[in-house]
Order: sequence, then C-alpha cells, then structure tokens
Amino acid sequence: MTKLTEHFQHGLDAPICLTWELTYACNLSCVHCLSSSGRRDPRELSTEECKAVIDEMQRLQVFYVNIGGGEPTIRPDFWELVEYAVRHQVGVKFSTNGVRITPERARWLAGTDYVDVQLSLDGATAEVNDHVRGPGSFETTMRAMENLRDAGFRDFKISVVMTRHNVGQLDDFKRIANTYGAQLRITRLRPSGRGADTWDELHPTADQQLRLYEWLLDNGDNVLTGDSFFHLNALGSTPLPGLNLCGAGRVVCLIDPIGDVYACPFAIHDEFLAGNVRDEGGFTSVWRTSELFARLRTPQTGGACTSCSAYDSCQGGCMAAKFFTGLPLDGPDPECVKGNGERALALVGAEKPKPDKDHSHRGRKRVPVAISWGPPAPDQLPDRACDTSPLAGFRP
Amino acid sequence: MSTSRRFEPGRPYRLRSSVALRPEPFGALAYDFTTRKLSFLKTQLLVDVVRELENQPDAHSALSAANVPEHERARYLDALAGLESAGTIEARGEA
Repeated sequence: MTKLTEHFQHGLDAPICLTWELTYACNLSCVHCLSSSGRRDPRELSTEECKAVIDEMQRLQVFYVNIGGGEPTIRPDFWELVEYAVRHQVGVKFSTNGVRITPERARWLAGTDYVDVQLSLDGATAEVNDHVRGPGSFETTMRAMENLRDAGFRDFKISVVMTRHNVGQLDDFKRIANTYGAQLRITRLRPSGRGADTWDELHPTADQQLRLYEWLLDNGDNVLTGDSFFHLNALGSTPLPGLNLCGAGRVVCLIDPIGDVYACPFAIHDEFLAGNVRDEGGFTSVWRTSELFARLRTPQTGGACTSCSAYDSCQGGCMAAKFFTGLPLDGPDPECVKGNGERALALVGAEKPKPDKDHSHRGRKRVPVAISWGPPAPDQLPDRACDTSPLAGFRP
Repeated sequence: MSTSRRFEPGRPYRLRSSVALRPEPFGALAYDFTTRKLSFLKTQLLVDVVRELENQPDAHSALSAANVPEHERARYLDALAGLESAGTIEARGEA
C-alpha cells in the first residue's frame, strides 16, 4: 500500500488545512507578523464574497478553516461569518490577540459548537511578549484568557512563536496553559512578512533548537506544533509527532483578505501566488488547476541536501524560510541543524528576495492603537502564529 | 456512545453521526466535528466497508457486501476495531 505521505505529496482534492486571513487590518504591529498586517486593504472580500467562499468550502468538504489576519475580530461582520461557517459544516478556529474577547463574547463562544479560539502570546511575561507584540498586548491577551476561562471555554489554544527570548520560558507557557484550562501550541518563527526584518535577531540559536527539540520529545504529546518543527528531526533518531512534510500547495494553502491564494501562510509573495478566489472557477479551480500547485505536487529534489544523512528526516526543511533568506528552494533550511544553513547564508548576496506585500501601519512601530473600524483606518489583530499544520491534532 | 465495549464483528455498527467522510484518491478523510480529529481511511475498500456498516446487520456482513477478499478479512476487521476505538465508527441498534 502506498504510504499516506506519498499521497499527500501528490496533493489532495481539497486542502486539509486551510488558513484564511480575513483582513490585513490590525491593532498591533508585531515585529514578526507573517502578513505585514496593519492597514485594511480596500480590496478586501465583502461579506457576500466571504460567504461564497464558505459555500465552496462546504462543497469541497474542507471540514474546518483557520481564520487569522490581521486581527480578524475587528471586521464588523466577523461573528456573522463565524456563525455562517459553522452553520455550513465548516468549523472555525480563529487566531486573535484577544482584543475583542469580552466576557459577553467569551460566553457566546463557549456556547457555540465548532468554534475554537487561538490566542497569540509570544512571551510568558509582559516584558518578553510586548517586545515582539507591542506595549499592552500581554495584558490584553491575558484578560481574554481570563474571560474564556470564566465563561467555561475549555481547551482554547495559546499559540506561541518560538524566539530567542522565549525558548527558555517553555515550562512557563505550559504552566499558563494549564492554569487556564488551555492547550499550548508552539510554532516556528519564519522570516516572512515583517519577520524578514527581525528574523536574524529573533530566531532561536542552535543551542536553543536542541533544547526545543528535547523539550518537544518530553512534552510533545500534549503540545500542538502546527507540525512546524520537522527540520529539527535531524537532531535525533526520534521523529517528532506530525506529518513531517512540507504541505504547501499539497494539503495546505492560504487565502488572503483580497482573495489571493498562496501556497502557505508563510509564503505571501508573488512567487507563491496560485490565483484568486474571484477568478472564474473560484477557489476550487485554483486549488485543482493552478500551475504553481501542480509544480509543488511533483517530486521535489533535495539538491545539495540529497547526500545528507538527515535528509529523510528533515526533507530539506521549510520552503518559505529558505525563500525569504535567499537560499535556493532545493538547498538547506536556514536553521539546518547540521549547520549547512548558516554556511549557505554566508554566501547569500544582496539579491535576497524581499516580501512584496506590505500592509504595515505607516510611520509607527510596535505601538498599539485604539480600536475602531472603518475605512480608511485599519485595525487590529496580530499575527496568527502558524496555521499550517497539515496534521495538527490528526492521527494518521 | 459507549466505547468501553470492545469491537465485536457480530454486532451492528455505523459511521459515527458526528463524522463525515471526504473522498480522496487514496480512500477518504474522516473528520469528527465533535472531537475535531481527522483520521484517514487508507484504502477505497475500507471506505466501502465503512459505508456499508449501517446497511448491514453486523460488521461481517459489511465486509461481504463490500466484497473484501477472504484472505483480507482479518486485516479489515482489525482496521474496523481500530476505527471503533478511535470513535470513527460506533455500535448501533441496541441501547
């Protein structure tokens, strides 16, 4: 029998894990935001267009969607869209910085089936969190967690992007999750979006990667990872739980706020743009007939990595991480645990590709603003950490 | 909803009501809307067996109805037992 992962490599009839960013508007300006969010894009899909996308997901049996942004909850029609999705057999997990999770809203969420909430937190202390996510953001998220807990919402997710400053707080994050009856999720920092500018100073060191790997071996059964650390598998003989395969365009993709479909949430760049849901044939046609996705579903070569003893376990790592650090897609991951990434990075010249979409707030750095909605002022939310996990919570 | 009882191929089963199957080239995805767990039916024949369960008086009959070859039956019963313990299928009929 063909192994399941081989079927995945050739692509599925519809994605398993679909991330949908509803708006580029955000109240925060996280320094590692994958989508360079901040200002609303005037071409944003309308409520009716969003509902049409949901109808399509229902037809395709995309059983659930990871909604993010930007801060999705600042769309005035956000709760309406959530209700519409769950009524149409499309479960929702949405990522938020918590700014709109009031006690009333938390009670509504606790009473709604098929909705899960993921709060972004990048430090177990305000000092570490706010350095990345902006002043006051720690307090906002903690208050949202209190509201969810008090409303009886169990097992919401706390999602942490692992950085140089918070790897040492892993046990603290676990403790926070336990305190709130939540589940911890940790994901990998990518050099995408504004992360391209901060990756050098934020990505974990080699020593920290080893600690992270060991911590995951000890705790991984109770921690979600979005399957994002498979490049660490080369550190030992025990593979981390998960699919351990780049799912971009195969089982994963991203729909952005204006309907553009990208191969994965970490690859918002023309190079990885497959089409738009407004095109004839809609999302279904993009997923099934785009040339880009067809190419991603052909066997990938390992290039210089093929001869490495660890290639079978790391599969060359993350496509987006390579792209945005200027490494060839068939070369080593920039965080290759064998050190090949660092050596390759030293040879990268000035031709490194830059993120080509920017919705950042103009003239402002890491300063949260008051929340309001309406053109032209964009609004809130955060980076959703990763949502790409082809296998989050799945059992093969 | 009892999962304490072991899988017994002489009893009637069905796809759990909260589970939906999505056809795929290899077989099907099975998604449980309640537990939010995704699992995989790795052959088309297993999909046929699972779909037959609710039409048949017991699991053995579902295997026959799906034309599972004799020498494969033990394997498919094991697969059904696994699906039962994972909550993808459930006993039906009796209280």
